[in-house]
Amino acid sequence: MAFKEFRPYFLFLFFVFLLLLGINFQEYAAVLEKAIKICLSCVGIG
Amino acid sequence: MINSLRRIIQTAATFVNNAYFGFFATNKIFQGQTKAVCAPGLNCYSCPASVLACPIGSLQVIMGSIRTSLQSARFHLGFYVVGFLGSIGMLVGRFPCGWLCPFGFMQELIHKIPSKKINIPPVTQYGKYVSLFGFVILLPLIITDEFGYGVTWFCKYICPTGTLEAGIPLMLIDKSLHRLIGTLYYYKLAILLLLLITMVFVRRPFCRAICPLGGFYSLFNKISILRMRHDPGKCVKCYQCLQDCPMHLKFPDGANQPNCIRCFKCRTSSCHHGAISIEFAGMAPSEKIAKEHAV
Repeated sequence: MAFKEFRPYFLFLFFVFLLLLGINFQEYAAVLEKAIKICLSCVGIG
Repeated sequence: MINSLRRIIQTAATFVNNAYFGFFATNKIFQGQTKAVCAPGLNCYSCPASVLACPIGSLQVIMGSIRTSLQSARFHLGFYVVGFLGSIGMLVGRFPCGWLCPFGFMQELIHKIPSKKINIPPVTQYGKYVSLFGFVILLPLIITDEFGYGVTWFCKYICPTGTLEAGIPLMLIDKSLHRLIGTLYYYKLAILLLLLITMVFVRRPFCRAICPLGGFYSLFNKISILRMRHDPGKCVKCYQCLQDCPMHLKFPDGANQPNCIRCFKCRTSSCHHGAISIEFAGMAPSEKIAKEHAV
């Protein structure tokens, strides 16, 4: 089977790997830290 | 059948994204741990009811703080958000736009208001890549303040979701914010109003021309594991698919165009000639069933 046919699966696994890398570097904590605070200027206030 | 199912899932996704109603009592936005998880659709995390994080807002914040993260030896380079969105994109392409995005759902509902319907020029579809690469990635990364932080350009100057889901509700529940209303607030209200009016006449204008999340997912439409398939031999070029498509696409021009949101309306309602099919992992469900029967 040609590489082209496997390409979507390799790319899918690559992005899953990135996700796991992000979890390993605790990026979710940075996302949480931002998400629980209101950024007033971000929503047009202030 | 599948259109009704899609409406139910869109409604459910809107409520799952915005499941916190305690803000009526507390006047505060939700601050639980689920906000470490990104929503698959566009949903502002400053919305008082939101229980998930906005992937576009999160990506901008990470881009805008890359310098300071690296200076403090933290490798927050966007792997988490890009990995999350890329995994979804590789699996199903723009499927979340058609089934899970609250703002996309709202656009479809508003477009049902009876009026003369018009189209927008095809060139506008490139606007979403300007939003993604310009406002979400490059500007927060390049232009920083004296402390090394970038501004969330898309949220601040464009995003109508933030105005609708956060800017207006926060003003309603917290009167102390009224003194902060300024030019930026009125500018963002004007953008929202303009888009709301456009939604009446144009099918999903924000998704087609502006949405950076749609722009991100659209990069995967041609290579995702879930794909649409067109059989030119069966197509009679009646263009009923164009009449029904919420993104105003001519299916015969390309089965996996960047703006296809995989709502499957063309497959289930429009085409009665069997020219449109869905394949997952290289296998069309109907073919799979046929093969199983053959075995």
